[in-house]
Amino acid sequence: MREVKVVSNAATHKRGFGAVLWDYLTTVDHKKIAHLYLFSGGFFFLMGGIEAMLIRIQLIKPNSEFLSNGLYNEVLTMHGTTMIFLAAMPLIFALMNAAVPLQIGARDVAFPFINSLGFWLFLFGGLILNCSWFLGGAPDAGWTAYAPLSTTSPGHGVDFYVIGLQIAGAGTLIGGINFLVTIVNMRAPGMTYMRMPLFTWSVFITSILILFAFPALTVGLFLLMFERMFGAGFFDASLGGNAIIWEHLFWIFGHPEVYILILPLFGLFSDLFSTFSKKRLFGYTAMVFATMLIAFLGFMVWAHHMFTVGLGPVANSIFAIATMAIAVPTGIKIFNWLATMWGGQITINSAMLWALGFIPTFTLGGMTGVMVASVVADYQYHDSYFVVAHFHYVIVGGTIFGIFAGLHYWWPKMFGRILHEGMGKLTFWTFLIGFHLTFFIQHFLGLMGMPRRYSTYLPNQGLDLGNLISTIGAFFMAFAVIVFVINVFYTAAKGEKAPADPWDGRTLEWATASPPAHYNFKQVPLVRGLDPLWIEKTEGKGKLTPSEPLGDIHMPNASILPFVMSLGLFIAGFGFIYQVDDKGWLAVVFIGMAITLGSMLIRSLKDDLGHHITKEELEREAD
Amino acid sequence: MKGWMGKFRALTLFGSLALLLSGCGQENLSALIPKGYGAEKSLDLIILTAIIMLFVLLIVMLVYITVLVRFRKKKGQKDFIPKQVEGNKTLETIWTVIPILLLIIIAVPTVAATFDLADESGAKDKLNVEVTGNQYWWHFNYKGQEIQTSQDLYIPTGEKVYLNMKSSDVIHSFWVPAISGKMDVNPENENTMFIKANEEGVYYGKCAELCGPSHALMDFKIIAVSPEEFDQWVKDMQNVDPKAVAEGETAKQGQTLFEESNCMGCHAIGSSPVQVGPNLTNFGERTRIAGILDHNKENLISWIMNPDSIKPGNKMDGKYPELSRDEASKIADYLLQLKPSSITAEDAGK
Ligand code: HEM
Ligand SMILES: [Cu+2]
Repeated sequence: MREVKVVSNAATHKRGFGAVLWDYLTTVDHKKIAHLYLFSGGFFFLMGGIEAMLIRIQLIKPNSEFLSNGLYNEVLTMHGTTMIFLAAMPLIFALMNAAVPLQIGARDVAFPFINSLGFWLFLFGGLILNCSWFLGGAPDAGWTAYAPLSTTSPGHGVDFYVIGLQIAGAGTLIGGINFLVTIVNMRAPGMTYMRMPLFTWSVFITSILILFAFPALTVGLFLLMFERMFGAGFFDASLGGNAIIWEHLFWIFGHPEVYILILPLFGLFSDLFSTFSKKRLFGYTAMVFATMLIAFLGFMVWAHHMFTVGLGPVANSIFAIATMAIAVPTGIKIFNWLATMWGGQITINSAMLWALGFIPTFTLGGMTGVMVASVVADYQYHDSYFVVAHFHYVIVGGTIFGIFAGLHYWWPKMFGRILHEGMGKLTFWTFLIGFHLTFFIQHFLGLMGMPRRYSTYLPNQGLDLGNLISTIGAFFMAFAVIVFVINVFYTAAKGEKAPADPWDGRTLEWATASPPAHYNFKQVPLVRGLDPLWIEKTEGKGKLTPSEPLGDIHMPNASILPFVMSLGLFIAGFGFIYQVDDKGWLAVVFIGMAITLGSMLIRSLKDDLGHHITKEELEREAD
Repeated sequence: MKGWMGKFRALTLFGSLALLLSGCGQENLSALIPKGYGAEKSLDLIILTAIIMLFVLLIVMLVYITVLVRFRKKKGQKDFIPKQVEGNKTLETIWTVIPILLLIIIAVPTVAATFDLADESGAKDKLNVEVTGNQYWWHFNYKGQEIQTSQDLYIPTGEKVYLNMKSSDVIHSFWVPAISGKMDVNPENENTMFIKANEEGVYYGKCAELCGPSHALMDFKIIAVSPEEFDQWVKDMQNVDPKAVAEGETAKQGQTLFEESNCMGCHAIGSSPVQVGPNLTNFGERTRIAGILDHNKENLISWIMNPDSIKPGNKMDGKYPELSRDEASKIADYLLQLKPSSITAEDAGK
């Protein structure tokens, strides 16, 4: 019994630092992988935030010399890249890992080993990217890395971008595949597709997007890598190449990517509105199909990032109309959320605040989305601060608000403690005010002639005041994030202990202990409808009906191999980057690849059948 | 369609007025105060879409506030279990169909305007200018006119001018918000757009696609003058004698230094098509030095002595022997004399 307890509650029990570290390095438990994603994603979020502050400080006044032009481009590129790939993505993966298996009543994910590998690949990819700061300069061609600027950028910055994202992207891809298979295969008996909580639904659809979108990035990055390292010339017009191809490849990945960032949070908000209004989700079926439609259209509209490229009026019109069409399913969602709250009894706490703040903010972002889709209007918006405002309204207003909502909501489930409400509310309000202060005015800055990615602007062009206000707003947001970090430490030390079901939840994750035992469910539940826990509560039982008798549970063994494999690629990455300067670095490529391939070989040859938790042990466990 | 677009003109006026009152936007830079054909088309759509979307926002906010006021759990209110509603076909149909209708209202004029602005049928009979984007300056070649300039693009008002745009290095984007929306300038193909200025004026242009460290410094100007003045300008430019000797002792020495110091390797005076650096034919009449600095001798000297400190990454740096301040000053005297035309930015009114 001791054994099981210690393993499952590693985070809450006092143990040696070394033991905890080893536990996390080797874990294949999705709940601990969620912690790993959360803390590394959180770390990169702070990095990206510092970069954002540097950008805003530079732009506080015209002709400022706080950052040099070259350094500004590096900071700008790293801010965008970090926020998208190293902060938003992993934080979403943190929520996925924390909640999805529990929501579908599974003991585990389909491929626990792959799940852990996905995390370590992401982390090492992110580390490579950030090493560039110390090794001669970060990438400076924007997070979109348009050729030929990216292919001709001097130094190794863009090489770090290529290798770092390639490795991190592989992690995301296999992570997505794992969730796809998990949701298809591991649902508890009775959990039909049309009984899945919306968060799980949207993670499912998101995983499909990942499956199709990330290979486009992989291909693009490979071409860029060959171009930079071996002079292939795919994007070089003077060698018969074509730079626009990169834009297509990038956005065929990049546009679905923004839906990858938003859809899971749409799902989460659906769960939240329903939980905190004590009502089932209004128009469940419509919500599911709207999500699918958004995902599908998300693939068809990449060229709306390229209206000014010169594709011609026919292409521009088609992509404009396809883009506008996305507003319809999105609108359906907004109104269904409002209808979910209509007639309910709405509890407002810090998780719900973020969800409520999301509605007007995201609606504004969606509005400007339709405005941007109107091609000829976009000739003015494109690559101006209007677009900067638009995408921050959707990415921050949707994804970041969603992540904060999800963290406040699931923190008790993840860590067994409830985040401090007062600090939670302070974070929310200062962030909300700061956010609108920063970004609302940028719509006007853009229309007043401020292009995007400008390291400086001239005085007397009417741009000074707007930029000053924008920077002041950014400080509010920074303050909010600091309060949140304090909250996390405070909660870890003194936070209120969480019961299994602190929010009067409706879905299966609230039927487990907080935090759950490492096998999640002692007996896999039987699902009898939508909102299964709610059904049991209204029928007066409050406990799930098990779908199986108590028996031995099979669990996978921990393994250090995912870590070692990723470490190998990390080492090889440096070899690839520097072999251009000196062929001696090829040795590093070989060493790194040997480590990776060697551990893959071990994984293939060594039988690892996992272990069982016996029925007797389980019986001794308290409920 | 003209009719109701006309109404939106009125709204345009109202909108820009409101913005002016709040002190937003500079006349020759802002897309909200259009002074050209493309910019007007864009602003019409901006306003149309903004109004429709504000209407949607209003509805959302009305429902949102009602929900929060009516259904929020009040202090001391007893817990109750609300009715579990599955959905409502009628409501859901309404909020599917209405947005579709609104989008159609937006889509039709959008497509019409897109084709309108892409219409190149009149290009042959009009002025055509070949635009080349370079890190970090702009080159203009007036086709069939034997005129080459850089940084300042003179155009006649009230006429369509066709721009054939290509980049010599990375992707740039040509943007003069008050006159027209932007168009990318790509290395592998020529993009065409037309611009038409309604009023005389000096309009600020910017590069809108990240192109390197000095991306933010890649400014240029469109100088719109009356058609008569423009014809005069063309004549003056065509009659330039690049070999004419400068006036005044220092300027003469400057001219010799200019020729000896390899400046001509990259720059040209007159209509020769050298394109490594900006063509300097009418340099004395430029509005800005390097597109960004006030046009005066001091700034010109600093530019010649250390261009990289002003525009990091530009290709002028280190391409000629080091010059003393005195030499640079003489060259500056010479360059500031290059004023072939009596038509200058001042004639554009502002
Ligand atoms: C603390 C809050 C933030 C501030 C103050 C901020 C500010 C900025 C600014 C000023 C820019 C540069 C605009 C330009 O010159 O083009 C920018 C770019 C960008 N931001 Fe943020 N940002 C914040 C948060 C985020 C978040 C949370 C994300 C995504 C999850 C994000 C994603 C991006 C992206 C993708 C770019 C474009 C980078 C590029 O053009 O290469 N930002 N941000
Ligand atoms: Cu440029």
